[in-house]
Amino acid sequence: MDKKHEDLLKDSVSRMEQFASSDPRTTERSSWDCVLLSRQQGRPGAATYIDLICDEFMELHGDRTFGDDPAMIGGIGTIDGRAITFIGNRKGMNLRENIERNYGMSNPEGYRKALRLAKQAEKFNRPIVCFIDTPGAYPGLGAEERGIGEAIARNLKEFSTLQVPVLSFIIGEGGSGGALGIGVGDKLYMLENAVYSVITPEGFASILLRDPSRAREAAEAMKMTAKDLKRFNIIHDIIPEVPEGAHKDPQFTAKAIKETITRDLDTLCKKPAGNLVRYRIRKIRGIGEFEGSDAWWTTLMEVFKLTKDLH
Amino acid sequence: MSKSESCPSCHRMVSQDVLEKYLMVCPECGYHHRLNAEQRISQIVDEGSFVEFSAELCSKNPIELEGYTEKLAQNQKKSAMNDAVVTGNCMIEGSKAVLAVMSFDFMGGSMGSVVGEKITQAMFEGALSHTPVIVFTASGGARMQEGIFSLMQMAKTASAAALLEKTAVPLFIVLTHPTTGGVTASFAMLGDVILAEPGALIGFAGPRVIEGTIGQKLPEGFQQAEFQMKKGFVDAIVPRDKLRDRLAFLMKTHGGADDGQEA
Repeated sequence: MDKKHEDLLKDSVSRMEQFASSDPRTTERSSWDCVLLSRQQGRPGAATYIDLICDEFMELHGDRTFGDDPAMIGGIGTIDGRAITFIGNRKGMNLRENIERNYGMSNPEGYRKALRLAKQAEKFNRPIVCFIDTPGAYPGLGAEERGIGEAIARNLKEFSTLQVPVLSFIIGEGGSGGALGIGVGDKLYMLENAVYSVITPEGFASILLRDPSRAREAAEAMKMTAKDLKRFNIIHDIIPEVPEGAHKDPQFTAKAIKETITRDLDTLCKKPAGNLVRYRIRKIRGIGEFEGSDAWWTTLMEVFKLTKDLH
Repeated sequence: MSKSESCPSCHRMVSQDVLEKYLMVCPECGYHHRLNAEQRISQIVDEGSFVEFSAELCSKNPIELEGYTEKLAQNQKKSAMNDAVVTGNCMIEGSKAVLAVMSFDFMGGSMGSVVGEKITQAMFEGALSHTPVIVFTASGGARMQEGIFSLMQMAKTASAAALLEKTAVPLFIVLTHPTTGGVTASFAMLGDVILAEPGALIGFAGPRVIEGTIGQKLPEGFQQAEFQMKKGFVDAIVPRDKLRDRLAFLMKTHGGADDGQEA
């Protein structure tokens, strides 16, 4: 970590300490406190973790169609000599950087860059690791003109059948479709204080509770914390942070992430690609709560049989 | 005499009989009124050919949100549907098709577990019977009341579309007013051919959200079907009275999965 980065982090940490939250050692952190913590400026982002866990990293830019989205970073890194493609939402560490990085809200070219790098990884048989940390895709004019919906949709479809292992970590805010756009994979993890939801608590409060000031209440009702999502069996596991939060000791969390990556890839990289994709699709296919027939397993097997590469 | 209503677009008075004769399109200005699933199905399929499947599926309250169960019950009573999409097998101009029709009347056509499941089942039905899949979309997006489960339906339907593609069965999407949010950002944008009804609002973020972001009014026609075609996201805009014919043409030209052919 360079000096500037370190200073910024220290600065944010001190600010963090001022901000009143329940003492995590005595009481469980509320959903709303997780929301605030997940968004807090100075919380380590994708770039920090990549920096801390990789022996070496080379950033690759551009979607080859429109431009390079600074809110989405990607490239190739190595962990103990193993080449991995990294993709991540990128927020800024301060106001200026945040403006430059659009607060981690990607335009279509961000998702298209992510897909380009994922297909490149697949071609060269490199596993993929995604770091999710975004309030959502950017709801702007240009994003709509260039098809933000199409860009996310395509990623969901393509990532579901990538022939290499894909691990995703929600490290901060997992905001809606913008997060899911790099969140389809074999394993999904959340940091202890990260959140993941279909809409922001503020959005939920203003639409369903008809009062944006009830965001705190909405956060509880939405069940968006790592614990909630583990209980729902949406995520595989929770990555620990130190009690004060990941900003206090990024190394601690980075080490846990690194160990998880190494452990998972040791197993997943040995699996035939067909198995990997079948398991991945089966997992996604099974998500949903409803009454009525849920005998989908045989149907899915029959559909696999009709394909060239998944039978 | 049937009752007359003022057209929301040209404000002329049009009687219900005339409107129905014109497939709920204003004969004066061409404004396409919103259809519910039942109206849409009767307009699109060969008479008496629609056989519904997965009708029994019914939402639970996965995040135990206060009021959701009651809201569902209200909507079920009002619409006589279990949820926001109807799926089934049918014939269109003599060709076999799997049809899914979303209904905006049911909680804004929002996609929760049941919608995601039924769309997925419809795609797999198409894959297994080697029959083209046609989806009419109309949705405000993911169903917030189901929390993370609704978000995951985007991944589920998109991965079903990926499998459908691997079985070389065509997926035809017809975007109708309005199609936004998580439906746009999943299966709605994954058709082999994507059609749209004239004037339909199609986008990811809703117009008010975008206006809030940019701090100004959106240009006229922004996110309408015509705009989306110009930007390259829609193959063709098809007025309602041509839809059956165009869908039949597409089915004929996509691998000959016609009547009687089984996988």
